[in-house]
Amino acid sequence: MNAAVELKQLEKRFGKTEIIRGVSLDVRQGERHAVIGPNGAGKSTLFNLISGRLLPSAGSVHLRGENITGLRPFEINRRGLSRSFQVTNIFPRLSVWENVRCAVLWSKGYKYSFWRNVDRLEDVRARTQEILEQINMASRAQIPAGVLTYAEQRALEIGITIAGGADIILLDEPTAGMSRGEAEHAVALIRKVSEGRTLIIIEHDMGVVFNLADRISVLVYGQIIATDEPAKIKANQKVQEAYLGAAGHD
Amino acid sequence: MSDTTKSMPAAAGASDMVARIKRYGVWIAAAAVLLVLPYIFPSGAAITTMCLMGIMIIFALSYNMLLGQSGMLSFGHAVYYGLAAFVTAHTINWAVKNGVPIPLPLIPVVGGLTGLFFGILFGSVSTRRGGTAFAMISLGLAELVYSSSLILRSFFGGEEGISADRTKLLRFFGYNFGPQIQVYYLIAAWCLLCVILMYAITRTPLGRMCNAVRENPERVEFVGYNPQFVRFIAFSLAGLFAGVAGSLAAINIELAQASFVGAAQSGAVLLAAYIGGVAFFVGPILGAVLVTLLSVKLSDFSEIWVFYFGVLFVTMILFAPYGLSGLLMMHAQFWSGPFGRRIARIGRLFGAYLIAAIPALIMLAGGILLIEMIHHVAQKGAEGANMHFLRRPYLTVNTYAALPWVGATIALIGGFFAFRFTWPTVAKAWNDALADTQRSQS
Repeated sequence: MNAAVELKQLEKRFGKTEIIRGVSLDVRQGERHAVIGPNGAGKSTLFNLISGRLLPSAGSVHLRGENITGLRPFEINRRGLSRSFQVTNIFPRLSVWENVRCAVLWSKGYKYSFWRNVDRLEDVRARTQEILEQINMASRAQIPAGVLTYAEQRALEIGITIAGGADIILLDEPTAGMSRGEAEHAVALIRKVSEGRTLIIIEHDMGVVFNLADRISVLVYGQIIATDEPAKIKANQKVQEAYLGAAGHD
Repeated sequence: MSDTTKSMPAAAGASDMVARIKRYGVWIAAAAVLLVLPYIFPSGAAITTMCLMGIMIIFALSYNMLLGQSGMLSFGHAVYYGLAAFVTAHTINWAVKNGVPIPLPLIPVVGGLTGLFFGILFGSVSTRRGGTAFAMISLGLAELVYSSSLILRSFFGGEEGISADRTKLLRFFGYNFGPQIQVYYLIAAWCLLCVILMYAITRTPLGRMCNAVRENPERVEFVGYNPQFVRFIAFSLAGLFAGVAGSLAAINIELAQASFVGAAQSGAVLLAAYIGGVAFFVGPILGAVLVTLLSVKLSDFSEIWVFYFGVLFVTMILFAPYGLSGLLMMHAQFWSGPFGRRIARIGRLFGAYLIAAIPALIMLAGGILLIEMIHHVAQKGAEGANMHFLRRPYLTVNTYAALPWVGATIALIGGFFAFRFTWPTVAKAWNDALADTQRSQS
């Protein structure tokens, strides 16, 4: 069986600066896979390479065996991979409802149609409502997304990411900047929405990572130094030296 | 759920009927208004103005498919309007010459297809990029088309343009569209049709994604849509409706001129959309009506009306960036609670406005008088001292005397300070209205 996402010798350079230096990784179908590493290790760049936001300098990205290197983000999204952003990336002047609905439309096959009344698309309406209930924002549906609280915007960000029904979800620091209570709420939400899907998550909060992940990859200076189950990662000598040691300093 | 609907078919039917009337009521009302307007304003000048308004409404709304709906600032929307006008004029001439049986009411279809064709052609280039790049490309394309209008004389007809006799086409149920009133109804019908279609498009998946592209084109890519293609379709459709408008313009004055594709025409539609307000669908309609009215009426009062027009535009951008429709919507929030209370609340607010309006008008009159006198002295010294203020002989002003200058200056400065003095009153009235609205809701 093919891996959900497979990276082969992926490299990314900006000018002379090498950010990703030969990353190879298999993410299994249906697992929750965390990517951890110190600041500046290249975690977000890795996500940008997988989701098509950046082109790799070398190497390739495969989605269930298909080489998707060089495809545009929307082409990758249509193949069932969806991502969220570290810095909240929503449609600020559109209502919460509209934000989620925009993310539902393509998956329901309506494409660029300009001859159908969007308010009468029952499947779109139902799916949008379902997502809003999942992220606990049904009561906020008519509010412009830009005026939501930070934690609500992060929840909406996740809602937009999962709304299209992608079976591979990439979440970039979904709990960053949240209070403890908000983070716990977010983790419960992530656990719920990633049920039966493949999840790749970048996260700084080790409590969240070890609680949520089936496997963990440790990225240090553009290279993966270990990929394993949480308990084994914790015990890994190299990881303790390179990452946990470094994390103690920042 | 299904049980209740089954048990109350009659009630469901009635509420369905109410919903239908609610949905289509505004269009039926609009049609009725368009129908009776010539009876309310029967003069020839009024009919002519209303024809121009109808054309401008279509044009400004098509422009807003770009600016307000999709976030594309175009400096060259007249290209699609103008080219459609020329193709329309040529089509009419060709049909007349060869006896092709096309009635005039169908000619705007040709204009629309022309606009669509050039929208697809130029849009495939310009919509690859958003933001500043798009604006620059639109400007470049507009210059390109305008300069070719000076080169391709056989198509654009040089300085005279291409004239076309609309009355020589196949008659449409006996109408030959010679009288302007017949053209009015032709324009009104097309205007209503285009407004309905353009509104409907905003309520489609494409229309919603246009808004999303306007807000955040990058995020759109990560929900499966290609923002460039969204822009491209919006641009092509905007070209189509601009084409219908241009076609009606050519029919209206039986002439297509190079100025139709020019920068001034592109600027006019930007002004109309912006003054009306691009954030709301009705904005450009209001803007088109006001801008057309001003451009027709202001010249009756001043030679330098374009100057005042510019001042109005700058004032709107500075103090009311959401335009007329934005101002209306700001007040719409006060329209809640018991009816009498609404009226009283809005009455108090407008009372405060009236207090502020008096010094504002004095300030305005002083300023305008000064500008007109400067213009008279500088440009028309040969005509002597006397100037007809606002082109009214009974408002003759001696520009050589000191009194008008001193008086105008006092009115301008004194009016300004008196106006500023009224601001706290207006602010208080506003806050009171807001508080009263909130109280009546809770």
